[in-house]
Amino acid sequence: MTSPRLSQDEVQHIALIYRLGLSREEIENLRSQLSDIIENFQVLEQVDTTDIPPTGHSVTLENVMRPDKADSPLPKEDILANAPRREGDYFRVKAVLD
Amino acid sequence: MPSNLHNLTIHEASELLASRQISSQELTQAVLDRIEHVEPRVKSYVTITGDLALQQAQKADTAIAKGETTALAGVPMQLKDNMCTLGVPTTCSSRMLENFVPPYNATVVEKLNAASTVVIGKGNMDEFAMGSSTENSAFFPTHNPWDLKRVPGGSSGGPAAAVAAGECLYALGSDTGGSIRQPASLCGIVGMKPTYGLVSRYGLVAFASSLDQIGPLTKDVTDSALVLNAIAGHDPRDSTSIPQAAKDYTKALTGNIRGLKIGVPKEYYEGIDPKVAQTMRIALEKLEALGASVEETSLPHTKYALAVYYILAPSEASANLARYDGVKYGYSSQEDGSIWEAMEKTKQHGFGPEVKRRIMLGTYALSAGYYDAYYIKAQKVRTLISREFQESFQKYDVLITPTSPSTAFNLGAKMDDPVQMYLSDVCTIPINIAGIPAISLPAGLVGGLPVGMQVIGKPLAEETILRVGYAYEQATEWHKMRPEL
Repeated sequence: MTSPRLSQDEVQHIALIYRLGLSREEIENLRSQLSDIIENFQVLEQVDTTDIPPTGHSVTLENVMRPDKADSPLPKEDILANAPRREGDYFRVKAVLD
Repeated sequence: MPSNLHNLTIHEASELLASRQISSQELTQAVLDRIEHVEPRVKSYVTITGDLALQQAQKADTAIAKGETTALAGVPMQLKDNMCTLGVPTTCSSRMLENFVPPYNATVVEKLNAASTVVIGKGNMDEFAMGSSTENSAFFPTHNPWDLKRVPGGSSGGPAAAVAAGECLYALGSDTGGSIRQPASLCGIVGMKPTYGLVSRYGLVAFASSLDQIGPLTKDVTDSALVLNAIAGHDPRDSTSIPQAAKDYTKALTGNIRGLKIGVPKEYYEGIDPKVAQTMRIALEKLEALGASVEETSLPHTKYALAVYYILAPSEASANLARYDGVKYGYSSQEDGSIWEAMEKTKQHGFGPEVKRRIMLGTYALSAGYYDAYYIKAQKVRTLISREFQESFQKYDVLITPTSPSTAFNLGAKMDDPVQMYLSDVCTIPINIAGIPAISLPAGLVGGLPVGMQVIGKPLAEETILRVGYAYEQATEWHKMRPEL
């Protein structure tokens, strides 16, 4: 796979997937910087990875279980204290549906 | 009372505290005075909790008086500002979390509290631990105490500079690709990244969850072992925590490395500053003189580590940072518009340039059409890098490399070139990819700036790397160097 330089549309598309707002200037800077960085990824094409399993974590712990025991949660007020907007015991958000 | 208490190591302070020659309140006040004197130039702290520290010191003095002492009791320290502290802001040096006050403590903080240590405050860092110079802090850059025009390294630049400048006796940092070891190297102190899973990550603000690990930044190797004793151990609240019984790491500090087999992987010496390479040669000769065997070896997959890291770490970061949507905590844009526009604005104004760069990179690598080519490919090469280390450790007890390819660079020198900045972690990144432990030790000066030597061990071989570090330290004076401020 070759690494084409990213277009402005592609940068905007990636930002949209993440819901990350970017200024026109940021888009242009990222277009060139991300293209440079991604170009450096091409070195991995040299590596033969046939039959090599992927590694997600370096410790191979599996099925970590704990007893199904009820525990006291953090106090509600402590959690809501950080809420940017609240209404009673709820986080207040803008309307999801118009 | 001895003067310059801020210059003490943990073990020196601990002796004076236990024998009641000094009190923790005196020691804590001395460190606060030192902060007042040098912090305007170093800028290593995001938050200083002086009153709280003095209260903790008073409690520690009471505990010590009752004989309930630990190695860290009454000893003032700094926490990198990505470890959650109940009731004390935890900002990750980001606008996003500038006003975030955690409702709970990280496991390491609970462990330090249980050991009666004194927390002086929270250390500056690259925003969300993304960076190698601490210039990505949304608040201000930290300055290297050896030369204030230079960077302290990163992302734990605040903790490293604070220890070097005597603004705390020790610090905790986090290391995802070198963020403890590289700043330790650039600031002339000892920094250890333990085996992945040895220290709980519960309450550590996540950057790249398969790579992040908490570890100590200290003035010498003995202190590193003492801090590791306090923070290591299984934690049911971290599902990647290794179920292992506690150990006393100070038992490894024997000073004897006769017969130890050291491998020197040549790839880590290619393209580095020739004076750093020369310093490393001298250090290796010293280890040989102490009875170790030193042999050149090769780890050919090293050259792929940087690409693997800059695919995996941003991918994990993009997933982890998706939680900052302005709803439950953190910065939240309140401008007019839809919920989606608010979310976009929240991230646009809450995150700085490097965080945005990595989010974009990770989102790209995980997006349809690229997932197999980049993310899965990188995970497969990760397997090969790990295997190569495993094979190497069948032959060698430790591997030794420089920690950083150069000494501290000038502030601003690499800010416009992300690829150059990323290269400053080229010697430390492979270790996170493999999840193995490594320690950086002061090994010399080049042009008046510290050079760090990295000792790498197999999984859970912290004792071996501490033993090597301690033996080297006993035979040299580099760990006693302090910058003039």
